[in-house]
Amino acid sequence: MDLVTFGVQLLNAVQYGMVLFLVASGLTLVFGILGVINLAHGAFYMLGAYLAYWIAAYTGSFWLAMVGGVAIAFVVGLVLENVFIRRLYGRDHLVQVLLSFGLILVIDEAREILFGKDVHSVAPPSWLARSIQLTDNLSYPVYRLAICAFCLVVAALIFFVITRTKIGMIVRAGAENREMTRVLGIKFDVVNRYVFAVGIALAALGGIVIAPISTVFPGMGDGMLILSFVVVVLGGIGSVAGAAVGALLIGLTDTFGKVFFPSVSSILIYVLMAAVLLWRPSGILGRREV
Amino acid sequence: MRGWLIPIVLLAVAVALPFAVPTYYVQFVAKAFIMGILAMALNLAVGHGGLVSLCHAAFFGLAGYVLALLSPGYDPASLLLTLPAAMAAAAIVALIIGALALRTRGVYFIMVTLAFGEMLFFLFHDTDIAGGSDGAYVNAKPEIAIAGHRLLDLASPMAFYFVVLFFLVATIALLTMLVRSPFGHALAAARDNERRARSLGFPIYRIRLIAFTISGALAGLAGYFAAAQFGFVAPQMLGWHLSATVLVMVLIGGLRSVTGPLVGALVLIGLEEVLKASTDYWKLIEGLIVIFIVLALPGGVRQLWPMIFGERATGQASRQATSAVAEGRNG
Repeated sequence: MDLVTFGVQLLNAVQYGMVLFLVASGLTLVFGILGVINLAHGAFYMLGAYLAYWIAAYTGSFWLAMVGGVAIAFVVGLVLENVFIRRLYGRDHLVQVLLSFGLILVIDEAREILFGKDVHSVAPPSWLARSIQLTDNLSYPVYRLAICAFCLVVAALIFFVITRTKIGMIVRAGAENREMTRVLGIKFDVVNRYVFAVGIALAALGGIVIAPISTVFPGMGDGMLILSFVVVVLGGIGSVAGAAVGALLIGLTDTFGKVFFPSVSSILIYVLMAAVLLWRPSGILGRREV
Repeated sequence: MRGWLIPIVLLAVAVALPFAVPTYYVQFVAKAFIMGILAMALNLAVGHGGLVSLCHAAFFGLAGYVLALLSPGYDPASLLLTLPAAMAAAAIVALIIGALALRTRGVYFIMVTLAFGEMLFFLFHDTDIAGGSDGAYVNAKPEIAIAGHRLLDLASPMAFYFVVLFFLVATIALLTMLVRSPFGHALAAARDNERRARSLGFPIYRIRLIAFTISGALAGLAGYFAAAQFGFVAPQMLGWHLSATVLVMVLIGGLRSVTGPLVGALVLIGLEEVLKASTDYWKLIEGLIVIFIVLALPGGVRQLWPMIFGERATGQASRQATSAVAEGRNG
């Protein structure tokens, strides 16, 4: 493998890991702060991609699709939290698993009624739909570079909000000690609602940015859900920094696994997960006691 | 006296059933019984062990694949050879996954089992071990034959039904014995208060791993007969949607009893059959029903008894249900 090919694969790995991070950070935030395990997270990733396809097909604008898709996902998140999810706080995990499984069935069927079950593709914005010529027969799509840059900005924003703002302080306090935060006069129910909606919106955003470089298909949420879980297990649950580390590890393992060990590439990430479980059962950046 | 009466009556009904209904329903009930075995197997881990596993479909599907791979072309496989092999394969994989997953607790355990289950799914989906994503056929149903004499041929729906019924009763007997044994009490103790059970000297990790392995092997028993009945195995048999559906059955039937999940399986499979026949969007309705059950009846359908028949007539059932709810909340 020469240096240029290696560089291209490295970029692919980072780009893949960045999108994984978007989705998994939503999952880990919702678990860390609400204490709810949400199996329907992948369904919102799928829904985001379908919303992007739908809005882009009507308006012809990818940017409108992005803003509209995220906004719709956010509102759906607010409603779902209000109707279902808030009944799960403090309940055992089995109930949370099964309620979110019921949500998956409902969302899947709603998607089929609204958008059908066809496979679609979404065009990237025209000024990003170019490629950079690297060598005579090797080029790299600009859109993939744009994903990297965009995800970096979103990741920086998440870290800034959590570590530097008052909202982030409330969120961190809530993750640390829910009761105490409430006693101090923070309206934690409202915080919960917005955190859930943001988590859902992040999943949808992941689906939207990936839509132009992959296909939009009904089962895409399942694969992403499993990958997000592996990311969260690797990084440590509730830790956004852990999600970043886990997502990059998965991106590198999967991309280079496909290059070097194509026959076993699909199970390599699980081998990685098993190794981390043996080494640190609560994740690389997770707390010791879980 | 009454404790014995109900099971015997139910067993008599189950034995008489295939003589009273058309073949389609004999096969349908056999399918429901197979899912019942799977749900009861899962409940040993979930209800009795407090281990919410999302990879039991992988054990189920793996055993089905073992039958498909061991079946010699168009000739029937030997039940006495392939069934133990299928269950052993499921048990070994459950042992390995359990050994890793049991290093974690609670929500981690759920995610890790889900991920390892999907690993097996992708193993059969992406490689051509047995037909890849297309699946593989079990062309001839297994049989028991001695020196060329066919003693039992599962190709007959009637024979298949009774064999499944036999294994259903055997599973109930085995699980009841396990749950009532010192081992079962230790398992329940670890579920209710892990720290106390550990300080009393119980080897928690080992107890849970044994329970998880037995649970996986029994899931393999169900998967073997499912593959034999459909005559076909596909990667979807290992997928986590099936694991979650079986968890729904467990919750419907109630977590604290051995046979509750069997009731849950019969209820959910009956419900699916009715929904599929009446609407194209049956998954939407099923999803809403699942959400309703989770929110309104966390102790399972048993909670409905006092609502329908009044408190006094069913005092015992309602007490059990409320205690199950209370335990569910604490768990």
